[in-house]
Amino acid sequence: MNYFPDEVIEHVFDFVVSHKDRNSISLVCKSWHKIERFSRKEVFIGNCYAINPERLIGRFPCLKSLTLKGKPHFADFNLVPHEWGGFVLPWIEALARSRVGLEELRLKRMVVTDESLELLSRSFANFKSLVLVSCEGFTTDGLASIATNCRHLRELDLQENEIDDHRGQWLNCFPDSCTTLISLNFACLKGETNVAALERLVARSPNLKSLKLNRAVPLDALARLMSCAPQLVDLGVGSYENEPDPESFAKLMTAIEKCISLRSLSGFLEVAPLCLPAFYPICQNLISLNLSYAAEIQGNHLIKLIQLCKRLQRLWILDSIGDKGLVVVADTCKELQELRVFPSDVHGEEDNIAAVTEVGLVAISAGCPKLHSILYFCKQMTNAALIAVAKNCPNFIRFRLCILEPHKPDHITSQSLDEGFGAIVQACKGLRRLSVSGLLTDQVFLYIGMYAEQLEMLSIAFAGDTDKGMLYVLNGCKKMRKLEIRDSPFGNAALLADVGRYETMRSLWMSSCEVTLGGCKRLAQNSPRLNVEIINENENNRMEQNEEDEGEKVDKLYLYRTVVGTRKDAPPYVRIL
Amino acid sequence: MEVINGLNLKDTELRLGLPGAQEEQQQEVSCVRSNKRKNNDSKEESAPPPAKTQIVGWPPLRSNRKNNNNKNVSYVKVSMDGAPYLRKIDLKMYKNYPELLKALENMFKFTVGEYSEREGYKGSEFVPTYEDKDGDWMLVGDVPWDMFSSSCQKLRIMKGSEVPTSL
Repeated sequence: MNYFPDEVIEHVFDFVVSHKDRNSISLVCKSWHKIERFSRKEVFIGNCYAINPERLIGRFPCLKSLTLKGKPHFADFNLVPHEWGGFVLPWIEALARSRVGLEELRLKRMVVTDESLELLSRSFANFKSLVLVSCEGFTTDGLASIATNCRHLRELDLQENEIDDHRGQWLNCFPDSCTTLISLNFACLKGETNVAALERLVARSPNLKSLKLNRAVPLDALARLMSCAPQLVDLGVGSYENEPDPESFAKLMTAIEKCISLRSLSGFLEVAPLCLPAFYPICQNLISLNLSYAAEIQGNHLIKLIQLCKRLQRLWILDSIGDKGLVVVADTCKELQELRVFPSDVHGEEDNIAAVTEVGLVAISAGCPKLHSILYFCKQMTNAALIAVAKNCPNFIRFRLCILEPHKPDHITSQSLDEGFGAIVQACKGLRRLSVSGLLTDQVFLYIGMYAEQLEMLSIAFAGDTDKGMLYVLNGCKKMRKLEIRDSPFGNAALLADVGRYETMRSLWMSSCEVTLGGCKRLAQNSPRLNVEIINENENNRMEQNEEDEGEKVDKLYLYRTVVGTRKDAPPYVRIL
Repeated sequence: MEVINGLNLKDTELRLGLPGAQEEQQQEVSCVRSNKRKNNDSKEESAPPPAKTQIVGWPPLRSNRKNNNNKNVSYVKVSMDGAPYLRKIDLKMYKNYPELLKALENMFKFTVGEYSEREGYKGSEFVPTYEDKDGDWMLVGDVPWDMFSSSCQKLRIMKGSEVPTSL
């Protein structure tokens, strides 16, 4: 390869797309490292504190697309306090200063301000795509800047963010000359939408393939929007509390029938069940269906819809579908690859008659041979069911089971669920992500360490008996990248057994476990390339350094590898050892 | 007392516990059961709080999913200007404004002024406001309680200088 001129090698590298492969290429030799550096267009940074913007830009000056992730996963469940970190502004400032030709920015769990969005919109003439997932800190004013200034915007995708809706006219800010939109998703906005501005925007966006509306877009507007955009592939519907009048309904049906390219349907926040039949004509084309926000719809209505979706590959649903409904899914959706079943009765104690159980899970595993990813919330489980699932579906890549009551055993035998999860990890040789729940002893971790060779992410809650549990995992799962543990009896012995291990991982989270301040200090002492963060929200616990009790248990520990040392933007209650 | 063939079976029954204690225990159990049932209908103070809802961050669901179904509970975030962290309360625990305001006063250690339709809250630098479904910030107390509790997304106790005069 060294006999070819650089341009040829670079051209070959263009075909190598995955980050892993490109990272490998850059390690081959100095010349390849150099060529790869300057030809790299997309960079993925799984932890924004592992590196800093200056070093990123130094290495990849021709960067066009950047993906950044900020807060740890458990921040989604309010376990990480406000102001912990993950601020995007320094990144945007650095990229702007260095005149990087940024075209795409994808952020997850980061703090984004209106100021950052304004700077972003003004600094990159060719900016095309903004994707924000689980972010917070900005308002619709920031969106207005993006709409106003990004002349070539193709994608604005806002997923599950906390956005302050100032009800300014951000949709109006897209200039008339903006006709390049391919994807627009504002489902998470809570306020009213300027429907007229939206209709005009959609009408002048012939390339629009994905449109996800928020709850404020009424039924008649939806009909008009779909009529303007029959080329839509992906639609997120708003909310319709009231049953439609026959004329509106007829108009909607006509519009929907024309959308023969529609493959993905979502939204349905607060939808009257009678609206669903309008979508029956296109169900046979759907490959993705997300009804997980449709809390008011009963199982039988959901079932009628799903029975028509024979090509479904991805289904997100509420447990109100019931075991019966899952049997229908198993009979109908033979192409199903990913299933997520969310709980509809989160806080209540009533025995929810329609909720799903192990029966539904087994039915799905038996009926859907292509299933590889599952997220399943339920109130009960058995080892027998998990063993059957493992036998039916050895192809799982992601298996996340959440039994709502912590420590709950097999509801028939009253034993722990060690054997059930053991069967899963033994059968599913390609398993990359696993979440365990229910009553579990150290034994399940022995199995995980022994069999889950490809496991990259493991979530543990209310499980295990002793440090051995955590040690089995750390010693066994060589490919582990993210380990997150809460409310489990693992302590310093497990934490400190193999400190070097953590540099091979992205991060470790431990909250409400048995690790102490002293243990964390010892860990930090020997690890210059790790940031060991202790999060202590209790403001009264601010003791003098020499008065510290090393035996005191640490509330939340978050450690991650980094090449840039301690971060400077941590709030007072985060202590970096 | 079951007597079969002249044998008092209960006397020879093997069980844990002191002799004669059985009847008491049965009463206790049924008390607990009836307490639970009563809880749904009236304000039984001795009823135990639902254990599940006390665990922070469990079940592992994003907040937009947790708040989505307003069936039995309706947790909203409460912030107060100047307080370091936010709290959460369940709106369905309260039946009217006085109950809610009292709970807020206890939680944040402040007092709210006198409410009047014309002038809002007078007599205190703290004003309770809420964000409704449309994203607007409204004064707590203007609309009927049921309308308020079904549309309230967030609460914010504004302080003195922050309060705009139009409110």
